Amino acid sequence: MLSLDRLSKTYADGTRALADLSLEVRAGEIVALIGGSGCGKTTLLRLIAGLDRASAGGIRLDGEAIAAPHPGVGIVFQEPRLLPWLSVAENVAFGLASLPKAERRARVAHALERVGLAEHAGRWPRDLSGGQQQRVSIARAFVAAPKVLLLDEPFSALDALTRAGLHRHLLALWEESRPTVLLVTHDVAEAVALADRAVVLRPKPGRIDDTIPLPLSRPRQPSSPGSEAAARAILASLDRSLRPEGEPGRAKPDASALWW
Amino acid sequence: MEASPLPVADAPEGRAAPRLSWRSLPRSSRPPGGRALTGLVLPLVLPLGLALGWEAAVRAGLAQGRLVPPPSRVLATLWGLAESGELWTHVLASLTRVAAGFGFGALAGIAVGALTGTLPLVRRLVDPSLQAVRAIPSIAWVPLFILWFGIFEASKITLIAVGVFFPVYLGVAGAIAGVDRKLVEVGRVFRLSRPALARRILLPAVLPATLVALRTGLGLGFMFVAAAELLGASEGLGYLLLDGQQLGKPDQIVAAILAFAALGKLCDAVLVGLTSPLARWQDTARDTL
Repeated sequence: MLSLDRLSKTYADGTRALADLSLEVRAGEIVALIGGSGCGKTTLLRLIAGLDRASAGGIRLDGEAIAAPHPGVGIVFQEPRLLPWLSVAENVAFGLASLPKAERRARVAHALERVGLAEHAGRWPRDLSGGQQQRVSIARAFVAAPKVLLLDEPFSALDALTRAGLHRHLLALWEESRPTVLLVTHDVAEAVALADRAVVLRPKPGRIDDTIPLPLSRPRQPSSPGSEAAARAILASLDRSLRPEGEPGRAKPDASALWW
Repeated sequence: MEASPLPVADAPEGRAAPRLSWRSLPRSSRPPGGRALTGLVLPLVLPLGLALGWEAAVRAGLAQGRLVPPPSRVLATLWGLAESGELWTHVLASLTRVAAGFGFGALAGIAVGALTGTLPLVRRLVDPSLQAVRAIPSIAWVPLFILWFGIFEASKITLIAVGVFFPVYLGVAGAIAGVDRKLVEVGRVFRLSRPALARRILLPAVLPATLVALRTGLGLGFMFVAAAELLGASEGLGYLLLDGQQLGKPDQIVAAILAFAALGKLCDAVLVGLTSPLARWQDTARDTL
């Protein structure tokens, strides 16, 4: 269980990125954090990853407070961030230095197999496409067997087809160890395709606006009625979250078209 | 699989190839070797033409060739020096000085650069003074070094080391300052200790820039060995230059210059050959350097 308790982050320049954000995520749950830009999605992940310190509030993983990078928490960044001087296999093995060699090799081979890059193990990251690099990055996070995996818009730079393929690879890896996943995204379809729950954030400062459960069976079809209804619900909620507070929702549906 | 983007310079060619107009056909049907040949031969036309022209002019009696010796006389002098073994004595003397000066200068540059690059306090303490010292023309140290270390090897090696130190120092400190924060964060996420972070992320990340800095340093090492030997030496290629001037032997000067060029190029090639496997992962167009 990952619990965030009244988490706040104010940067040195006074920017309030997060304010009183509380969230509980069950073990093995996939939660999509969705929201407009500047709602503190990335800040939130950096706090959970231990890369930044919260100004107030606390993060607990199974009761243990997190204030620095924790072995139970893995992260996949927006960019692949592979080390260019290591081969694909060495990149995947980067976090496994303490393991015996044989086990390290077995785990890396298995993870590369899972993301469909087994035959690229000996190549340099520069020889891979963007989508392949991001798969290596996902494999690198998974081989460390984290309890919580944070994904910071990992597929945002990729085309729709590559993205759908990566969703499959991600779910295949997730099925094996069922870690808790926190996925930051601005893509509603991605949230519907992957998550058990979508959490809509409201910007300035970032806090939770709405939570939409996505009780759909896997594998999911983006065109199924359930998916489409869920996507509509998230969109409506997202739309609401981007309006200033206090404004009546949907009172004048065509007002936005006439304001000029 | 996506191919890596073509270098810009190649783009027009790549686009021209499929456009099979009549005019482009004979050009594109040329063997690919023809291009390499012109690439190799064309740069040689000017120097070889000038050399042969001067040789012909001297032979024909159009020019005396006393102050500007024809190539044949330079090569004969070089050959004579090599045969008598004199050349090798001078080459060895210069090479030893460069090696010693480069060794000390590069080591100091790497060490101080690493310190100022990683420790902000040291940088604020040391870097401004070093930048001030860097502004002094290195040759200006010579009188002081001669007073301090005498007129023999120590002062020469010190001068070369000072010349090598600064480019290496600047290169290493700059490379460390320029390490991608995002890659450092990858190390932090995997909870690397500070030494492990330095060894597994910082060191490989700064390696390519360090190698370039070492090459620059080596080049300056040769510059300063020539300067040091011109200022007083009894052997070395610089001494050969000075000796040629004082005895009025321009062919010997040009021979020494050629030896310097060959030696410098050779040392650079050795340095590149030794170090390039370390940076073969680089995604740059640096192959040709």
